[in-house]
Amino acid sequence: MSTVIPPVDDKERGGDSLGAERQGGARGGSSSLVTPPHDYGWRLEDLDNDEMILNMGPQHPSTHGVLRIELRTDGEVVRAARPHIGYLHRCFEKHAENVDYPGVIPYTDRMDYVAAMGNSLGYALAVEQLMKIEVSPYVQAIRVTVCELQRIASHCLAVGAYGMDIGAFTPFLHLLRDREKILDLFEWTCGARLLYNYNWVGGVSHDLPEGFIRAARQFLRDFESVTFPEMMDLLISNKIFIKRTAEIGVCPPALAVSYDLTGPNLRGSGMPRDLRKDAPYMGYDKYEFDVKVGKGEFGPVGSCFDRNWVRAAEMAESAKLVHQALDALEKMEKADVHEKVPKRVKPPKGEVYSRSEAPRIQLGYFIVAYASGINPYRVKVKSPCFTAMSVFHILARGMYIADIIALIGSLDVVLGEIDR
Amino acid sequence: MDAQGLHDLLAGKFGERVSAFQADALQPWSVVAPEAIAEVAAFAKADPALAFDNLMCLGAVDYPAIKESVPRMELVYHLYSYTHRHLHVLKVMLPREGASVPSVESVWGVANWHEREVFDMFGIGFTGHSDLRRILLPDDWEGHPLRKDWVDPEFYTGMHVRPTAQMAERFQAGEKIGIGPFDFTPFNAHVDE
Repeated sequence: MSTVIPPVDDKERGGDSLGAERQGGARGGSSSLVTPPHDYGWRLEDLDNDEMILNMGPQHPSTHGVLRIELRTDGEVVRAARPHIGYLHRCFEKHAENVDYPGVIPYTDRMDYVAAMGNSLGYALAVEQLMKIEVSPYVQAIRVTVCELQRIASHCLAVGAYGMDIGAFTPFLHLLRDREKILDLFEWTCGARLLYNYNWVGGVSHDLPEGFIRAARQFLRDFESVTFPEMMDLLISNKIFIKRTAEIGVCPPALAVSYDLTGPNLRGSGMPRDLRKDAPYMGYDKYEFDVKVGKGEFGPVGSCFDRNWVRAAEMAESAKLVHQALDALEKMEKADVHEKVPKRVKPPKGEVYSRSEAPRIQLGYFIVAYASGINPYRVKVKSPCFTAMSVFHILARGMYIADIIALIGSLDVVLGEIDR
Repeated sequence: MDAQGLHDLLAGKFGERVSAFQADALQPWSVVAPEAIAEVAAFAKADPALAFDNLMCLGAVDYPAIKESVPRMELVYHLYSYTHRHLHVLKVMLPREGASVPSVESVWGVANWHEREVFDMFGIGFTGHSDLRRILLPDDWEGHPLRKDWVDPEFYTGMHVRPTAQMAERFQAGEKIGIGPFDFTPFNAHVDE
């Protein structure tokens, strides 16, 4: 990538002749390129003799998408890192301005494509807040069920892929097996395995099918009795895994709050904050569950291990939540899930910022309804993975290159959501 | 503390520069003068009664002249306090062209990328920003697509962005547009004029 290091005028460098000699003829050829509009932060002349620029990505299997990281390395040590994003930019916010309110929901699914239920839920909650729609307890219980199942599925992939990133292959297969079972349940419910278009404004697209509750309970029994303890034994309390992750990527709570880390990333830093407890939505205040917080058992609090441990431990809490939601559903009479779905989604003039605890951290929608009828005037997504990635350059400083992979995995980012 | 109390605290400190409290909105907001936003942000984070340690969201909204409204660009800051669990909205009204505001990057680290995104999509400048460059779009992109007056460019690095009239004619004549086995015929090829 010759464009990474921009050609620099000799005069600007302030007469550092040593640097020019070190460069040799390498700069001559590149100066004919288009001059970049900005300073990339480091210049070839700034680099020490032992340093080099290394590009990791965009097609790196461990970057969870198309992420390019520019590393300034000294041997194996990373002196500085700079993530480059945008390879997967699909103009979500521009599209959203050109379709009507319900039409945005399939696009939200495509942001975080491994946990799509949470995305559409956040959007539906935001529009419901604008239109002052209160959905029925039956729909709320369905939403809690599917979203917590989605959280388990998402964390299965996050924890499993994290293990695979740093060399443990088997847990990935075990966890993916259970993720598939959840996707089967979703396919049975709404016909899609990944991109559901399930949470509508004012309701859900389909009622749960006959027998869903029994099947879900069976899945949970398998999960709680086999997969979860298996994962804890095989991966989380594995000595190699602990040694590999417990000392690196430490994010202190103040840094986490300043960079707006949320969800498991924030809880991994020892902050017991969960939106489902702090500002309950969708009837979460009626459920009983614990907020898992990183304890720093094997190293400093806020390490890669803690973030990943929180995710793993949360799966059991989500299973508890699903049990309670299923109990509630069993006691309730079947109701029409389209009862509150408006014929025409046309919110009054206003704007709202709505947050929800999506599987992959805390997702925010800023929606402006402004004299433009059936299309949203502006939809802004506060992508949690975007903010998690923005702290990356601080955490990565001074790491080994191999640990960079462990760090990216522990932040659990999905590039589809970062780039939108 | 409720929104009115939060606004009164800010207005008491900054006087004229924090004005126009919108109380009847779904989430009430205070309007902050553009040049004062960095100061207000630093105060909002440091003051123990406010303690806004988290910037939840920073977005911009473009309002061109519609009917009798004043054309403007709005920057919206959604603040949250983990200490007191209250939230507040700050708004900065800017002119649509050549606007620039002080960066709040030194107050909340996350503002760095949020401001880059706003710059990328709306062309609003941030003075004092350490690394103001495009973030989602390519470096050589021209223009700021989330502005309401945006029109798609005809070319991007020499490639047609939309099918041209000639391509549409060739398509209608039954010709395949592509190289070798690849068929690039746009399914929505149409004559523009």
